[in-house]
Amino acid sequence: MAEATQIRTEPGALARAADWFDTRFPSAGAMFRAHMSQYYAPKNFNFWYFFGVMSIVVLVMQILTGVFLTMNYKPAASDAFASVEYIMRDVPWGWLIRYMHSTGASAFFIVVYLHMYRGLIYGSHRKPRELVWIFGCAIFLALMAEAFMGYLLPWGQMSYWGAQVIINLFSAIPFVGPDLALLIRGDYVVGDATLNRFFAFHVIAVPLVLLGLVVAHIFALHDVGSNNPDGIEIKGPGAPLDANGHPLDGIPFHPYYSVHDILGIAVFLLVFSAIIFFAPEGGGYFLEYNNFIPADSFKTPPHIAPVWYFTPFYSMLRAITSEMMYALSAILVLGIGFVLVKTRASSMTKGLLVVVMIAFLWMFNAFGFTGVRFLNGLDAKFWGVVVMFGSVLTMFFLPWLDKSPVKSIRYRPGWHKAVIGVFVVVFVVLAYLGTEPPSPTANLISQIGTLFYFGFFWLMPWWSRLGEFKPVPQRVTYAAH
Amino acid sequence: MSDSAIDASKRTWLITCGGAGVIGGAIAAVPFIASFEPSERAKAAGGPVEADISGLREGEKMTVEWRGKPVWILKRSPAQLASLHKTDAQVADPNSERTAYPTPEYARNEWRSIRPEIFVAVGICTHLGCSPGDKLQPGPQPSLPDDWQGGFLCPCHGSTFDLAGRVFKNKPAPDNLEVPPYMFLSDTRLRIGDDKKA
Repeated sequence: MAEATQIRTEPGALARAADWFDTRFPSAGAMFRAHMSQYYAPKNFNFWYFFGVMSIVVLVMQILTGVFLTMNYKPAASDAFASVEYIMRDVPWGWLIRYMHSTGASAFFIVVYLHMYRGLIYGSHRKPRELVWIFGCAIFLALMAEAFMGYLLPWGQMSYWGAQVIINLFSAIPFVGPDLALLIRGDYVVGDATLNRFFAFHVIAVPLVLLGLVVAHIFALHDVGSNNPDGIEIKGPGAPLDANGHPLDGIPFHPYYSVHDILGIAVFLLVFSAIIFFAPEGGGYFLEYNNFIPADSFKTPPHIAPVWYFTPFYSMLRAITSEMMYALSAILVLGIGFVLVKTRASSMTKGLLVVVMIAFLWMFNAFGFTGVRFLNGLDAKFWGVVVMFGSVLTMFFLPWLDKSPVKSIRYRPGWHKAVIGVFVVVFVVLAYLGTEPPSPTANLISQIGTLFYFGFFWLMPWWSRLGEFKPVPQRVTYAAH
Repeated sequence: MSDSAIDASKRTWLITCGGAGVIGGAIAAVPFIASFEPSERAKAAGGPVEADISGLREGEKMTVEWRGKPVWILKRSPAQLASLHKTDAQVADPNSERTAYPTPEYARNEWRSIRPEIFVAVGICTHLGCSPGDKLQPGPQPSLPDDWQGGFLCPCHGSTFDLAGRVFKNKPAPDNLEVPPYMFLSDTRLRIGDDKKA
């Protein structure tokens, strides 16, 4: 014992062990330095910068709880519903693991939406962080696929009919649609084959993609350096450095932000635990009540709606009716007309533009009113699908749509804040309407919301340059505390 | 490195090998993608089914499963058949001319069936695949027009169909309810999923 104590207190032992390890696996230390102890992050991070690390926390939690759920879950149409109830009732603490996973999905989307909003307002998508943003959008897309496929697994009524509706969206694609939907389902209706393959995608294929994208997202971020609420490059040319050549406005991620983030994680877990213990179903928003009824392929529940995090996009899908296609046709004509009148393109280009416009009007069914069969375009249903996927894919283009001369909202004109505020309201209203049964008024509101959503992004090259911009300071805004 | 001459033949072989690798990879992907198609068992389960309609009374509907889908068999009363004349002008495709879910030749008539009173259709909405509910009673009802003649209402997006499964105008569903291939084996036996004499 005495000898052991002596070894433990000997000053060089730990250092020697570390040295032994470092000579055999130097990349571990190099990674730690590059991403933690010598990664300089701006010192003016605020509240909004907690949501990135929270996304990682929830990702780890989802993987961990997911692994334990697969130990008792049975991915077969005949057993799935019962096995989830078995986890909830008979497996010791199974209810907690299941609720952590199912409510964790909603938590994931809450923190990811807030994380994306942060990027939007502080210009974190701008040069040189375009790839960081694109990897992030790809993560969001993978997350949506992951959540959609996971929602089928409990094999409740909402699981079943939700999957049926979404897979049928693919059948709206001209020519290949029906075969594609068949290929996704593996059967003529959603069934055992569908459940089994969704399970495979949900537990291994998509998570692997997701993890790879998360690594790419973080590596790309650490290569170019983090943005900050002032939108100032702390590592850019001419940025002030200290005597050691480190950015004067930066602090090492570890220990400063690692400790700081533990506080944020603690608060997050406090709120998350309260929801898990007292409102795990989130009032029917996190777990829909119809999903406590086993799937029945003969009976659709009276009202089906996706889970809340899909509903903004679902609202936009429902907004595209045949009347809306006439409105979109009119917008197309006005837009092309504007280009023809205002730009000095060659007549060749303009002629081509008119031909393209007529082709699109035909596909939009703008000539459908004539009743001539040859002029019939594509169904509004197909365009609804295009709009729904387009609303997500549009986000990928944000780095090139935003032409504001400054990155951060802090130095943009006041009315830009109002535009972004309205965008947030529209997004929330669309989300709410997507959970509700359709009605003519709600449909009109979601149609206006859809136009605003797309207008916000695709007119950004125009509106984001306008207005009086405030001068951006040389150094970040920071008060020592 | 860069000042050495490019070995054209080596480059040709590299490109050829690369191309062959891509083609080989694409071919190797075929079995994996094909494994997503319905299995032989699923296809076999998609075979025809038979239904006994001897117990079906006027105005009654029964449901049988074919390819996992609900297939409705509705015995329409003379009054219900007469209602189809009234809906002719209100439905989008009264003569079943659209081809997305082609109506079999023998059912391409006003009542969309072989025998006018026996209506056979797949009970899956042509919009996004929900199963419409029965609204067979005529008259004003919630979420239905006041001159409702009886028919079906899809709960998901509000598409309505008349008693021949014809979709009403300006509804999300683009097509009439699918009429599966079927035939009468006898007066009271139906074969669904097959319309050829063996």
